[in-house]
Amino acid sequence: MTDAFAGDGGRPDPAEPGRAWVFGDNIDTDQITPSRFIVSSDPDELATHAFEDLRPEFSESVEPGDFVVAGENFGSGSSREHSPLSLVGAGVSAVVAQSFARIFFRNAINLGLPVLICPGADVIEDGDEIHVDLDAGVVTNHTRDETYEAEALPEFLQSLVEQGGLKAYTKAKLDR
Amino acid sequence: MSGKTLAEKLLSAKSGTDARAGDYVEADVDVAMAHDITGPLAFQTFDEVTGDDGELFAPDRTVFTIDHHAPADGVQAANNHNAVREFAAKHGAHQFDVGDGICHAVLVEEGFVGPGDLVIGADSHSTTYGGIGAFGTGVGSTDLGTALATGELWFRVPKTLRFEVDGDLQDGVYAKDLILRFIGDVGFDGCTYMAAEYAGSTIESLPIHERLVLSNMAIEMGGKTGLVAPDERTEAYLERQIGTEIDLDDAFVSDDDADYEAVHSYDAAALAPQVSKPSNPENAVDVTEVAGTEIDQLFVGTCTNGRYEDIKIVADILAGETIAPNVRMVVVPASKSVYQHMLQTGVFQTLTDAGAVIQSAGCGPCAGYHQGVLGDGDVCLATANRNFPGREGSMESSVYLSSPATVGASALYGEITDPREVETKRYDDTVFAEVLP
Ligand code: SF4
Repeated sequence: MTDAFAGDGGRPDPAEPGRAWVFGDNIDTDQITPSRFIVSSDPDELATHAFEDLRPEFSESVEPGDFVVAGENFGSGSSREHSPLSLVGAGVSAVVAQSFARIFFRNAINLGLPVLICPGADVIEDGDEIHVDLDAGVVTNHTRDETYEAEALPEFLQSLVEQGGLKAYTKAKLDR
Repeated sequence: MSGKTLAEKLLSAKSGTDARAGDYVEADVDVAMAHDITGPLAFQTFDEVTGDDGELFAPDRTVFTIDHHAPADGVQAANNHNAVREFAAKHGAHQFDVGDGICHAVLVEEGFVGPGDLVIGADSHSTTYGGIGAFGTGVGSTDLGTALATGELWFRVPKTLRFEVDGDLQDGVYAKDLILRFIGDVGFDGCTYMAAEYAGSTIESLPIHERLVLSNMAIEMGGKTGLVAPDERTEAYLERQIGTEIDLDDAFVSDDDADYEAVHSYDAAALAPQVSKPSNPENAVDVTEVAGTEIDQLFVGTCTNGRYEDIKIVADILAGETIAPNVRMVVVPASKSVYQHMLQTGVFQTLTDAGAVIQSAGCGPCAGYHQGVLGDGDVCLATANRNFPGREGSMESSVYLSSPATVGASALYGEITDPREVETKRYDDTVFAEVLP
């Protein structure tokens, strides 16, 4: 794995508007990163296969700063860290879902990828322009001129994400 | 304010805070574990965060095992094994090699975990340690790699789902049947983000090796850990088996007024032996519903039910008998000491006489890597913990899950058989020690 994803300042800012890629319920880790591609643990390589079977156009057209929006239980299935890593590699700004599977949530935070639990996310439509206020836990939909409440990330997790994930956080801790 | 659950108390103690469900804490890790599949990735993380001169937070409490692809079934596996050996040697960590056994069996048998410990493993069945009152939980490789360096890790304090069981289990019914029922009732994700806690008079009367079964499979309902409060049995077990003395006054139990997400109550006497149908552990039904289903392979082993007591139950049923001609039986002891006990007590002979194949200790075909994988159309009855599509081999194969007794009874007839139709034994904690000097 390279350092590129682990928070050396290269992450997009979720406060900047980006396109929403909308997915349904129970998107499991096999649908995010099919098993045949997880021999690689390189974020850029993984990004080229993100959602490959489910939505082949994703990896071709996703732009850094775009958002992934999903329904219930996003990231269920295996504990593979390759799934959030592929989204980091694709430059996804944050994942907004109605709920997450536990290990995906944890792995995403550890990799510095912001994840927001937003029960009202189901009204966001594919292609809407949104941005996220991580402190307040608010998702703003510019296309529809609406806002949705999300669970604000607890302070501790926010600082983890801001520092670029668990590796960067740990490095800083060890240097202290 | 309400009292605290066992999970809240354990994480409070390890984080030095007044931890309540929903809180985020940074807690001190007592023991960290990885194996031949998850180790190499965690080592990369460790090297990345520490630079070249990294030191483990506690080499004497860091354990690496070689159990998933052991003995190596290919070059990639062999290279992974070497990576584990090199990293362990370089950093002075404990390392168990090919044939020593499955991580979760080894950590308990070798006395690495005790009540109150916070144990993280880069393996989802690290929940197992809850059976002796440790907060055991599975983590990813970034988690493990950073914790190896700092001895700390962040946790969201889980809510608790409590399972209370009272009364006597019928003959032929074991902890495995209880946990399959629990999973069937709450569902595959029914305990997600939560700790499972097992309590009640039935649980208190369960020997430690059976409590470990309950904790092991907490993950099959999404549980972050699966806890049994340590008690006199735990104390006696640890003293006899491992020589560790614990002070129960320092051990934790949930407060009477603790706040649970839900409490599920069971009458042990009413429970029939359970079988989980393909292809999800939550498909648990009474054995009578699937009795007569023809099978091709029987698999006895895994971190769930590969202990000596489990294998002895099967041997007792098969003593002097031969397994049905249409089936093959693969037995994989969970650890080297289980293997040696089988030799010393004649269990090995009994099983081979009956027609079983016995392999060296490790994970065996549990995750479909080697040593007995299933082909297209094969039907297997296993003492394992997962039966997802393709779990033990072909996507066209199917796996039923049950207790060792149900596997033993089914071996006689070549079809799924109610273990209450044969004579079954039940073992307490002393049987594993029967041939110890
Ligand atoms: S026995 Fe199976 S479930 Fe247990 S650690 Fe090995 S592969 Fe995993």
